[in-house]
Amino acid sequence: MSQISPLPDEPEIAIRVRDVVVGFGQKLVLKGLDLDVRRGEVLGFVGGSGTGKSVLTRAILGLVPKRGGSIEVFGQNLDELRGARRRALERRWGVLFQQGALFSGLTVLQNIQLPMREHLQLSQSLMNELAMLKLDLVGLKRDAADKFPSELSGGMIKRAALARALSLDPEILFLDEPTSGLDPIGAAEFDQLIATLQKTLGLTVYMVTHDLDSLYSICDRIAALADGKIVATGTIEEMLASDHPWLRAYFHGQRARQLALPQA
Amino acid sequence: MTSPQPKEPATGAPQQNEPRVSGESSPDRTRLLLTGLWTLERSGAMEAAAGDLERIGAKAAAHGGALLIDLAGVAGLDTAGAWLIDRARARLAQAGAVVDVRWAAERQAILLDHAHYRSFEASAPRPGSPLVNWLANIGETLVSAGRDIVAGVSFLGEIVASLLRALSHPSRLRPTSITYHVENFAFRALPIIALINFLVGCIVAQQGVFQLSRFGAAAFAVDLIGILVLRELAVLLTSIMVAGRTGSAITAELGSMKMREEIDALRVMGLNPMEVLVTPRLIALLISLPLLTFLAGLSALFGGLLVAWGYGGISPEIFLARLQNAIGLNTFLVGLIKAPFMALVIGVIACLEGFRVQGSAESLGRQVTASVVKAIFMVIVVDGMFAMFFAAIKY
Repeated sequence: MSQISPLPDEPEIAIRVRDVVVGFGQKLVLKGLDLDVRRGEVLGFVGGSGTGKSVLTRAILGLVPKRGGSIEVFGQNLDELRGARRRALERRWGVLFQQGALFSGLTVLQNIQLPMREHLQLSQSLMNELAMLKLDLVGLKRDAADKFPSELSGGMIKRAALARALSLDPEILFLDEPTSGLDPIGAAEFDQLIATLQKTLGLTVYMVTHDLDSLYSICDRIAALADGKIVATGTIEEMLASDHPWLRAYFHGQRARQLALPQA
Repeated sequence: MTSPQPKEPATGAPQQNEPRVSGESSPDRTRLLLTGLWTLERSGAMEAAAGDLERIGAKAAAHGGALLIDLAGVAGLDTAGAWLIDRARARLAQAGAVVDVRWAAERQAILLDHAHYRSFEASAPRPGSPLVNWLANIGETLVSAGRDIVAGVSFLGEIVASLLRALSHPSRLRPTSITYHVENFAFRALPIIALINFLVGCIVAQQGVFQLSRFGAAAFAVDLIGILVLRELAVLLTSIMVAGRTGSAITAELGSMKMREEIDALRVMGLNPMEVLVTPRLIALLISLPLLTFLAGLSALFGGLLVAWGYGGISPEIFLARLQNAIGLNTFLVGLIKAPFMALVIGVIACLEGFRVQGSAESLGRQVTASVVKAIFMVIVVDGMFAMFFAAIKY
C-alpha cells in the first residue's frame, strides 16, 4: 500500500460499484456486479476474453450505459452528477486506452497538453514545461515530443498515452491492458513505471490485464470476473488458493506455473 | 529573473484555499510561507502565485540573507505545483540566492524530488537567415511536388497494367467483388442521381419554354432539352455526383485500410492490392457510370416532358414526336461514350488519393477532399475536351 493516508473527508473506497447490470440487446454482460477499489491500491482486474472487463471499465467511465445499479467514485454517485460537477470528477481520473488513442493529428507534446489547454488556465511556456516533465516521468526521450503518433513504436505509444492520462495529475488511473503488445522487457519496465508513479503520485490504479507478470509484480489486489460477476477478490495468494474452476485454470495453468515456480 | 505571467481572468467567485505566498523577514533570512492548494485545480492562481514567489524571493535575496521556502501551510500539492515551486527555487538559486525548501509532509518531499526542476531547452530552431529558409522551403516543395508527379504517373501505370492483366485473364477478375461494388456504386446511387437529373430536366424545360416562347418558338424547347440532356447534362451531373458519392467513399476506404496496415497485410499474403482492391472498383465504376448516365438521361427527359406538358402546354405525344426529330443516335452516343472515361478519371483519382493517406485522421480527411475536388475538376476538363473533339469531327 502507499504511504499516503486518505483525506479525512473522503471515503476509503475510491470506486464503489454496486449491482451493476449492463447488456447489449438480449445478452447481459454484467449481471449485478459488485466491486470496490480502495484508495491508493493497484487493483488488477482479470477475466477471460469477452467476459466484460472492458465493458465494466467503460461503464465506470460512462462510455457504456448501464441498465441498473450504481457506481460511486470518491463517494459521489455518477448518475447524480451533471455538468460542471461531473467534469470536475472526470478531471480526477486518467485513462490509458488499449491502443493508446492518441490523437493522430497532434504531436505527442500537443496530445499531452490538450487536457491542460481545455481544462486549465496555464501559460503556454508552463504547459510546455509540464508536458515535458510528464514525458520525462514516463521515460520518453525529449525528441519524441514533436513526433506524431504514427511515427512512434508500440511501447512509445503506450508511454505517450500514459503521459497524456497523467497530464491533469489524476487520482485514479484506468489502464486497459497496459502491457499488451509490449515485449517482456518493455512490459516489465512499464509495470515498474506504473508502480513508481503509483507510489510517488499516490495514485489509485485500476488495471485491466491479462499479464500474469503484472499481477504478480505490482497488483495489491486482484478481482476476477466470470459469468458477469466478480467471483473473487483478494491478493495473489488468495487467488492461488481459490477453488473457482476458472481461477484454478488461470492461475495454475501452464503459463502461470512457470511464473509461480521461481517465486515459490 | 521573473518569467512573464499571463494575466488570467478571475474565474467565478473567490475560492477558498487559493495558493498564496507571504514573506517574513528576519535579519539573516527570509521565510517564504506558501499556503493554499498548489494543484492544477487552481491552475491560473497557482501560476500567478509561483510568479509572486519568484518576485518576493528575488527582492528578499537582493537585500542579502538566505531564503527558506516553507511548505508548512500547503493544503495540497501535485506535480504541477511541485514543479512550479522547484522551478522558482532553481531560478532563485541561479540568480545567486541561497535557497532552502522545507517540506512538511513526506509526500511533498517525494513530489518535489519527482518533479524537480530540469531545463527543457527547446531544440534550437533551424539556423540561417529567413531568406535561405524561404528558398529552402521552395526547393523542398518543388522536389516533393516532382516526386508526387512521378508517383502519380507510376501509379497510373500500375493501374493500367493491372486493368489490362485483368482483362487478358478474365479468370482473375473478381466477379463477387465487382457485383458488390456495382450494387454500391450504381444501384444504391440510382435514386439520388435520378432525382437530381429529373429536377434539372424540369428546370431546363421550364427555362427553355419560357425564353423561347418570346420568339414564338416554345416547341423548340423540346430540341433544347433533348440535345442538352443527352449530350452533356446527364453524363456531367452523374459524373459529378459519382465523384462526390463514390469517389470519396473509395478514397476513404482505401485510406483507412492503408492507415490500419490492411494493405500491407494484403501484400505480405502475396496478393496485389491493385488487383484485389483497385481493379474491381475501377471495373465496377466502368460498368456503373454508363448505366447511371443512361438512366439519368431518361429521368431528365421525363422531367422535361412533364414540365413541357404542364407549363408549356406541349402534350407528351408532340414532345416525343419532336424529340425523335431533334435527336439522332449520335446525340445519345456522344453522352454515353464519355461515361467510361469519366469513370476512369474518377476511379484513378480516388484510388491514387486513397493510397496517399498517411498515418493521421487529418490526412485521411485531406485526401478525401482532394479526391473529390480533383475528380470533379477533371470531369469538367475532360468533358470540355470531348466537346472540342466532337465538334472537330462533326459528330
